[in-house]
Amino acid sequence: MAKLLDKQRYKCALGAMQTVQAITRAIPVLHSGPGCAQKLSDSTGGSGYFSPNIFPCTSINEKDVVFGGVKKLETTIENALKVIDADLYVVLTGCIPEIVGDDTGEVVSRFADADKPVIYASTAGFKGNNYKGHEQVIDAIIDQYLEKSDEREKGLVNIWADVPYQDLFWLGNIKELEKLLVEIGLKPNTIFGYNRGIDNINRIPKAEFNLLVSPWVSIGNMKKMERKLGIPYLHYPTLPIGAYETSKFLREVGKFAGVDEAKIEAVINEHEDYYYYLIERYADLFLENRVINKQFTVVADAQYTLGITKFLANDLGLVPAKQFIVDDTPKQYRDAITEEFKKLNYGIEAEVVFETDGYKIHNQIKEHDYHGYPLILGSYYEKELAESLQGNYLNILWPVQDKVVLDDFYVGYTGGIRLIEDIYTVAVQRFN
Amino acid sequence: MSINLESSNVATRENRIGSITGYIGSLSDLAKQSECGTLKGCSRCFSQSSTCLSSCALAQLSAIRDVAVIHHGPAGCSVASASAYYLDKVMAKKRGVTNDTVYVGTDMNENDTIFGSTEALRNIILEVNKRYSPKAIFVTSSCATGIIGEDIDSVVDDVRDEIDVPIAAVHCEGFKSRIWATGFDISDHAVLSSIVKPPKQKRNTINFKNFYESARPEIIEIFRNFDLEPIFLYCNSTVEELSHISESLATTCVCGTLGNYLGNALEEKYGVPYVRSINQCGISGFETWLREIGKVTDRSDKVEKYIEEQRAIYIPQIEEIKKELKGLRAVIGMGPGYTFEVSRVLNELGIEVVWALAWHYDKKYENGDVPPSMKYLLDNEIDFEASVADQQNFEVMNILHKYQPDLYLSRHPGSTVWAIKNGTPAVFVADEYMLFGYKHTLEFAKTILDTIRNRSFESNLAKRVKLPYTDWWYKQDVGTFLEEVKK
Repeated sequence: MAKLLDKQRYKCALGAMQTVQAITRAIPVLHSGPGCAQKLSDSTGGSGYFSPNIFPCTSINEKDVVFGGVKKLETTIENALKVIDADLYVVLTGCIPEIVGDDTGEVVSRFADADKPVIYASTAGFKGNNYKGHEQVIDAIIDQYLEKSDEREKGLVNIWADVPYQDLFWLGNIKELEKLLVEIGLKPNTIFGYNRGIDNINRIPKAEFNLLVSPWVSIGNMKKMERKLGIPYLHYPTLPIGAYETSKFLREVGKFAGVDEAKIEAVINEHEDYYYYLIERYADLFLENRVINKQFTVVADAQYTLGITKFLANDLGLVPAKQFIVDDTPKQYRDAITEEFKKLNYGIEAEVVFETDGYKIHNQIKEHDYHGYPLILGSYYEKELAESLQGNYLNILWPVQDKVVLDDFYVGYTGGIRLIEDIYTVAVQRFN
Repeated sequence: MSINLESSNVATRENRIGSITGYIGSLSDLAKQSECGTLKGCSRCFSQSSTCLSSCALAQLSAIRDVAVIHHGPAGCSVASASAYYLDKVMAKKRGVTNDTVYVGTDMNENDTIFGSTEALRNIILEVNKRYSPKAIFVTSSCATGIIGEDIDSVVDDVRDEIDVPIAAVHCEGFKSRIWATGFDISDHAVLSSIVKPPKQKRNTINFKNFYESARPEIIEIFRNFDLEPIFLYCNSTVEELSHISESLATTCVCGTLGNYLGNALEEKYGVPYVRSINQCGISGFETWLREIGKVTDRSDKVEKYIEEQRAIYIPQIEEIKKELKGLRAVIGMGPGYTFEVSRVLNELGIEVVWALAWHYDKKYENGDVPPSMKYLLDNEIDFEASVADQQNFEVMNILHKYQPDLYLSRHPGSTVWAIKNGTPAVFVADEYMLFGYKHTLEFAKTILDTIRNRSFESNLAKRVKLPYTDWWYKQDVGTFLEEVKK
């Protein structure tokens, strides 16, 4: 049912055009109104090989609403194949064709013999948000493009994480996750970002397992691949940020992959040595600054609210106040995610609220006793709130206006250090 | 035109003023065909994405201070609430005021498309009113709510008694018009029908329709010379201010596409003269506009004095820099409110326009005339190849590839980057005051000079990137995908 979306922090399913955009040389072909792509794009980091104003679009008009837009869709796909040099064409449907009943699947099937693969995903805005849309695109790739392989490549692991572009740090995070897996002797395969594309998609069926690093996004995709491609998966719900969680992550992945324990420990040891060399040098800042208090709140999607809560609690010894998850997490995943918030050091449990109404979130933050200045990590909407509470604020989730990220990341040992740098860059700008 | 403020619906630009988005030819042919009524816009069998009229409409309305915009539709439609929030905060801060405008969505889902959600919408309106006590409320539709026939007019009428501030239904179905500027008209219509009151007294004010008021302080200063006070619309406007715009001496705008609905409506309904001159870009534009203001407000002497003083300061400097710009060739792509204005300024600066793209073209303005900026060019025997394309980037690239101009100028986000990937230096004419008056025309000329002087950025990038269009496309005629509109 329609609800009051006050301070919205996600887009609609068609926002998955950014998931397609993140696959190098894959292009979304939109069967939608003329302005959907522009609305759903962010102006930062969008002018790559393809940008939203390059996306072919049927630009549905009043006549198409009455008579249907399948003919226009056909000429749009046909000419997109001629005009645009891409490796994969992903037709995405918006609200209009799905309400008026255009048979997009049928039109796309006419291009089965095209030189380049053409697939489609149902991403009408009313079908869910862009986290769901992201899953729809990956499902489309599995259902319509991938085929089961008898061949398995030793050590090959497909890594899946949260939603490109929606996640400010998507590129840096996935590269860092790849790097960590290489260090423990595995061969990571990802489909998003620099130098990743159709060849990586083609390698997916040969992997020994899928590694999903996300509280809930893509669990369905993993199950689908398990069924269709026979690839088992390891679900690691917490985005590992900082030493505590990253070491745990490496041990778990290593165990699942059957990597020699000594090798894992050696990698962990080397990282932790450097990590604590830095922490030791800056411990005085953490302890003796006057503005970062113990209590913090994260207002973010499940990925960051969980990942950052664990990091700040388990690595830096801060104490979680109420935490908010704003991605409209499907109900069936909420209990498991809530349980994760209870697994903090010293038996600390964080209260987590699934809430998409920013007004209610802000009221709860205002009511909470932070025993001093609050530390709030969230969307741009929390900036003014934090100022009014004399708090410290970091913009980590869409919408983002306070930070430019090209390939920075928060995942892993280095990512934890980056997050500390960001938090204390805010802190040192005031004295008390 | 005849404006019906009793209805919440605004006819599209296509239906009202014969606007088109597909044409290839020349400026003179475009004008000739407009005048003799033979101009037919073409559609395309292949197009790339452009812009939604709701973005234009709601960016305007959400910039008004302390109002509420309730966007009834799926979460993607109301995604603009994020940028509106940011803009409201930073624009208010710059001006030294506060803006507590809220822009919310209704996160419509699949069930709502089947069973409707007017009851939920009703509750949302009441809740927003309770939470924020806005000074006005705009309830807006989307493609999805439009198609399923959600009756937002009835919902608005229904809650009117419970809400003691102006409330309007705003019809923003994106499929209605390919011309996103229809959204400007939609926002004007909402303001006129819900907020603007009939005049009680005349004021010394001029309604100044603009986007982001960057030149506000200097325009206040200019108008002080004439004993006039500008009221900038709608960024940082208050509902109280807007309620009095029928009392102004005149309406003017920085962009004809942005301002013509409001200007004409205020003239038609309340007798507020609408200044229809070419706009303030460049030398002749600035002077023509100032003189027109002087005429309608009976301040011609003061205006002439001001022009004389300012000319003495700036004209010699502009003449000096023109020597360095002479002979440059440019392609430009902008909304029609700017394309033909900026073409004029480039001509003044000695830069040759080899091709001008207008994102749409209004055959006639609301009063039935050919747009003044175009008339000026033709009267001065300035002609060039021209096309109308709703930001069809592949057509822009085809043109840039063939003409290899020294410069590409565009006003819309996401377009200049493609020119530089082609190795063409580009100037993003983002701010609507970038060519305003003598001072900014001089700055603009200097910016062009700096841009072509140091081409490192674009040449570095162009060397490294591959363009996304096929060789096949570059060999085609730019109009390959245009087809006659079927009747």
